[in-house]
Amino acid sequence: MTTEVQKMIEEKNADLPLIVIKKLEKKLESGKLKKKDLGKVMDRVMDVYEKAKIEPGEGVGVLAAQSIGEPGTQMMMRTKHYAGTAMDVTKGLPRLIEIFDARRTPKTPMMTVHLTKEYNTAEKAEALAHSIKETQIRHIAKSLKLDFLKYRIVIDLNKEELKKRGLTPKVLETIIKEKFEKQASLEKDTLIIKAPKKVASVLQKLRGEVLKTHLSGIKGVTYVVIQKEDRNYMVYTQGTNLPDILNVKGIDPKKTKTNDIKEIERVFGIEAARHMLVEETKDTLKDAGLVVDYRHVSLVSDAMCADGAIKAIGRHGISGSKASVLARASFEETVKHLLKASAYGEVDGLKGVVENIIVGQVIALGTGVPELIMKTEEKKSKK
Amino acid sequence: MKSQIPDETKTCDVYCNGKFIGTHEKPKELIEELKKLRSQNIISPEVCIAYDKKGKVHIVSDAGRLLRPLIKIKNGQPMLTEEHLEKIKKGEMTWAEIVSRGLIEYMDAAEEENTLVALNETELTNQHTHMEINPFVIFGICANVVPFLNHNMATRVTLGANMSKQGIGMYCSNYGIRADTQRHLLTYAQKPIVKTKGLDMVNYDKRPSGQNFVVAVIAHGGYNMQDALVINKASLERGLGRSVFFRSYKAEERKYPGGQVDLIEVPDKEVRGYRSEECYRYLGDDGIIEPESIVGEDDILIGKTSPPRFLEVIEEFGMSVKHRRESSVNVRTGEGGIIEKVLLSESLDGDKLVKVKMRDPRIPTVGDKFASRHGQKGVIGFIVPQEDAPFTESGIVPDLMLNPHAIPSRMTVGQLLETIGGKVGAMSGRMIDGTAFSGEPEADMRKELEAHGFKSNGKEVIYDGITGERLEAEIFIGVVYYQKLKHMVVDKIRARSRGPVQILTRQPTAGKAREGGLRLGEMEKDCLVGHGAALLLKERLLDESDKTTVPICTQCGLVAVYDKFRDYSYCTICGENVDITFVEMSYAFKLLLDEMKSLCIYPKLLLGEKGGL
Repeated sequence: MTTEVQKMIEEKNADLPLIVIKKLEKKLESGKLKKKDLGKVMDRVMDVYEKAKIEPGEGVGVLAAQSIGEPGTQMMMRTKHYAGTAMDVTKGLPRLIEIFDARRTPKTPMMTVHLTKEYNTAEKAEALAHSIKETQIRHIAKSLKLDFLKYRIVIDLNKEELKKRGLTPKVLETIIKEKFEKQASLEKDTLIIKAPKKVASVLQKLRGEVLKTHLSGIKGVTYVVIQKEDRNYMVYTQGTNLPDILNVKGIDPKKTKTNDIKEIERVFGIEAARHMLVEETKDTLKDAGLVVDYRHVSLVSDAMCADGAIKAIGRHGISGSKASVLARASFEETVKHLLKASAYGEVDGLKGVVENIIVGQVIALGTGVPELIMKTEEKKSKK
Repeated sequence: MKSQIPDETKTCDVYCNGKFIGTHEKPKELIEELKKLRSQNIISPEVCIAYDKKGKVHIVSDAGRLLRPLIKIKNGQPMLTEEHLEKIKKGEMTWAEIVSRGLIEYMDAAEEENTLVALNETELTNQHTHMEINPFVIFGICANVVPFLNHNMATRVTLGANMSKQGIGMYCSNYGIRADTQRHLLTYAQKPIVKTKGLDMVNYDKRPSGQNFVVAVIAHGGYNMQDALVINKASLERGLGRSVFFRSYKAEERKYPGGQVDLIEVPDKEVRGYRSEECYRYLGDDGIIEPESIVGEDDILIGKTSPPRFLEVIEEFGMSVKHRRESSVNVRTGEGGIIEKVLLSESLDGDKLVKVKMRDPRIPTVGDKFASRHGQKGVIGFIVPQEDAPFTESGIVPDLMLNPHAIPSRMTVGQLLETIGGKVGAMSGRMIDGTAFSGEPEADMRKELEAHGFKSNGKEVIYDGITGERLEAEIFIGVVYYQKLKHMVVDKIRARSRGPVQILTRQPTAGKAREGGLRLGEMEKDCLVGHGAALLLKERLLDESDKTTVPICTQCGLVAVYDKFRDYSYCTICGENVDITFVEMSYAFKLLLDEMKSLCIYPKLLLGEKGGL
């Protein structure tokens, strides 16, 4: 079904983004916009949209870099914490650097867990938060002894802690027996695990393994904080594990997110990662009280995600994989790039900005572009 | 007090100058005993004994530690009593005696950790171990230059202290016979009306570095926006802020191996590198300039020739021709002045040594930097003729007009107090004490001001200098000590259109001394790119820099040779029967190609047509 607006668009041969079209349709439906005025409004919208477009030959990359970089110099080392908790989240310039460097893991991995409507109460949120928090044997051990005579590890259990974390000795026993099989046994409040070999070094190694044995909760989540924002309870976690948290009942999988962008890429794919890049950058800048236009951030994010995997900005990412030898060599590791290029017989087409500056030619930007426009006319005449 | 020496005895390590020398069972007793010996002058008072947080005893006598004297306190009472002070006044006791008797102790950073120091007597308790001699000694020499500094923001005091080091003054009294390489001298230096005890201690009155300006806190036609200063022209003509710049040049008659020598003389025209005759016009017969000649840039001060750099060239008929080099000393570019003095002497090697001292009197001009002692710096924005400047009821015209916006955000209340203090001092004909924490009270100064018929707040009715109308607002006016700082426009002003280039890159040189250009750096380049100013960028980076035209062989893509004499070009690799095209490029790029070749990389240029830009 074609709407009035769509008809008009076809008539005027307009090129408008979907969001604008939808807005016009809504206005028309609500009656705020009258049908007879649609043509006039349409003309005006097209006019404004045309003006808002970037001119061909504009140096958008440099503009984006400057628009993010300059306010970045004013960023303070001030960090905002989650009120009254021990949670420490990287903010400000360090976080911005982290995002653009596309680190494999962030310095302070963190998840923001949203809850479904049924779970949106104080008690349920707290219960959920507790169940998320990871428990390992080291959390419930009162004391640990290495018995070098019998080659075993003796652990005194902390009953209170066990209860607090919603575990019973029976559950504990089954988990341990599953992992260590017959070597493990539970007697009253003591846990005994025998070493598979009667060698001291094996026992030592076993100690670490035992302490880190996962009992309950989500692997990697070391700390949880519950906060009420507006009317919704939110759970913030220290440590991230997106695949596991998505399986927890009661969380809203559409809203729950992590600040580990590489993990988002792994779990949801590159489009989601690009979106998170934009969001994280925007949030970081907003926290520092800086106003940067969305388009600059989105351009940088697009550049980082353009070939299907997140690439860092810098030597190992975008700058290191430019097409031009001279551009790469002028950035970092000059000799390496030159030697490689010569070994493979690379040809530099002198299409970018940096190459032309090095050689001493007019760059193909701004007033250096017109030549290009002439060529398109040439094509037409050939037809 | 955390590292107070504990009473319970525990064996501890003892170090002397950072070296372990042994252990002691009762550290407290050891320290007390050592300090007792020190107070009896058996151990030098410059030795410090400290007990650190890790429970170690350090005995330090190293050279180069900073020590400061503190009055010793015993049972909440200073050991230095009025009695002692009386004796000192009478001359019966000396400082050395007080120190050697342990009434005053020298503290270093380590021992200070074990002390609790009171600022003054009213603060004293039984816990205190020491007391300051006077609270202002917690500041250094430079900070004590600032009067009423306890009324200023700390950052402003730091700024003021740092800038006082750049002030021009009467730096010594034998400047007439000195030959400093470069020196500024304030011609009519005054001692400050508002001074501090710290200034008296360093004899600031004898070596002052500023003048007492009549300062009005008033805007003046926008010419004192953003920390600029407006100065009264008549004041300048009376000698305000006038200074002299001295620079000494020197030349030496060096002896070289092989019996050759430098000669101080008027160079012969045959000499290699002979400059125009005009340059030598001031030289006397001895090759040295005459005193009181007025010289400009590049004029020769001392004519000198040196032996040729390489061995003598034997000419065709077996005659050896002497080609001596010109190595005269000339005035630096951009400088000039009058020859003050010529000094003839001998160097350490026994060679003839000539020093020429040049003087350059300087009247403040627009752009010269001035600062009060409170970190309020500014450059002259305008020099008003006295007839156009505002005046008070009694006809006083301010020397300097300071923009009121300079005050609130910087919170230099000390300067306001100095303004009132300076006014009081000028009217009463006495010096005002502005020592930190103990300066003259504001109320007293205000009262005295009133006694002289002024308003107590220092404000006065002011008349516009141009219209003669009374200004609606009353203006805060008084006397402030201002310093002329050594940064003057004549030393910094610079311009270049064409000029010298570097040999390697053929790009313009950098720096004022080399007549260099200003670099269009990476970030400036980004700005031009961001604006899309492609042609301007090319002009800056190529046409106005290191543009060259290089012959390129179209076959091998390498730089070919162009023989100018025969007007024909060839390629050293492909021979003569190839197309050679002249390509415009930056010389730095040509250099890059050469460097790549030395790396065994073959940078082949593929040539094609590109639009005529």
